[in-house]
Amino acid sequence: ALSPGDTSVLAGLYGPAEAKVSKELPDRAALEVLLRPKVGLPGVMERSREQLLRQTCEAVVLGALHPRTAITLVLQVLSDAGSLLSCCLNAACMALLDAGLPLATLFCGVTCALQPDGTILLDPSARQEQEARAILTFAIASSERKVLMANTKGSCSVEEMQQCLAAAQRAANTIFQFYRDSVRRCYSK
Amino acid sequence: RTVEPLEYYRRFLKENCRPDGRELGEFRTTTVNIGKCSITTADGSALVKLGNTTVICGVKAELAAPAADSANKGYIVPNVELPSLCAERFRSGPPGEEAQAASQFIADVIENSQMIVKEDLCIANGKLAWVLYCDIICLDYDGNLLDASVFALLAALKNVQLPLVTINEETGLSEVNLKQKNSLIIRKHPVATSFAVFDDTLLIVDPTAEEEDLATGTVTIVTDEEGRLCSVHKPGGSPLTGAKLQDCITRAITRHKEVKKLIDKVIKSITSK
Repeated sequence: ALSPGDTSVLAGLYGPAEAKVSKELPDRAALEVLLRPKVGLPGVMERSREQLLRQTCEAVVLGALHPRTAITLVLQVLSDAGSLLSCCLNAACMALLDAGLPLATLFCGVTCALQPDGTILLDPSARQEQEARAILTFAIASSERKVLMANTKGSCSVEEMQQCLAAAQRAANTIFQFYRDSVRRCYSK
Repeated sequence: RTVEPLEYYRRFLKENCRPDGRELGEFRTTTVNIGKCSITTADGSALVKLGNTTVICGVKAELAAPAADSANKGYIVPNVELPSLCAERFRSGPPGEEAQAASQFIADVIENSQMIVKEDLCIANGKLAWVLYCDIICLDYDGNLLDASVFALLAALKNVQLPLVTINEETGLSEVNLKQKNSLIIRKHPVATSFAVFDDTLLIVDPTAEEEDLATGTVTIVTDEEGRLCSVHKPGGSPLTGAKLQDCITRAITRHKEVKKLIDKVIKSITSK
């Protein structure tokens, strides 16, 4: 479970397990992501988020080591107070770490909000998200801080996007440190 | 080509070109058909062909009461359908993940670019507003669905003629004047450009279905005429550096100018008829 501020997402990872014959891939693991919102049935928004998460995880998990298996990642939104997508990304990565799956690189999710006056705000709350001119979410890889996933809401200029990207890459360092600390805490008992 | 598709492609990419003869940065021939030639029963329609990928968009306008919390806003409802006739991988039945993600993407593009402001769709505050149902159906899937869909949507919306609706003060009913028609006010013209990433380094523009399957990632960039980014959509796939992303953006801005010229030319040829 991951909760920055008041947003919290619970992630459960199952696998690599036996895959159904219709879903198995002959050379790699088949990854499936299920995102369940706090209220209501999953809709189109959840489907598109699942696709983003699935392709991000597929790029990171070394699926070729576990062919013809299925890896299922279930995310349940417990509360939403802004920055939901990056919270899901972080929860997904920690679940992958905890399960001990072979990963090419770690990733973390960072949300930047561009306020109407041009300042960049990291990890905005729900209120700040509403007031912002644009919200950009990036998944930053731990190797060389490359961009794994990008999603924008609202329009911004090219320079502003580059600035947000640079800020997100800097913030990624803090998040990776948090990963290290929590894993250390969990396994040092 | 069927036994080792990746090796086949790599040999071409080493020479900086692709099996169908295109350069890495070249688009397929785009043709667009707007208006009565496409769907006669819809209020606005357009057919776009990007090489073999064929997408048709029909816009129907209906009247409805606006939502309680936004009494002066109308609705735009995009729906992307990938029927089983367009490619063998799509089965009939409820919309698959790709169709739903594409619908969400189109809705986001409309919202982010503010191409139609919902307040313009309102007729009477709190009582009556337009609902635009935009149905985007893919007739032939050969890669690059998002670019073609955004283009088709833009062309169809430019073609929409809404009849004038007035509310009769005494009876409170709406009167539709079919003789007087106005075009929609389109503020921005977003254009999408998609790239496929190969082997973590090579970027090719406008991928075909074969190239999409072999690619390790995709990036879609939506720009509007001021050079502002409406959307950067990179659903996972191989990691890219900021500089590579910048290259994509510059290419997208060039593509925007080409597409805008094409749309303007077609619209002019229709209105002059």
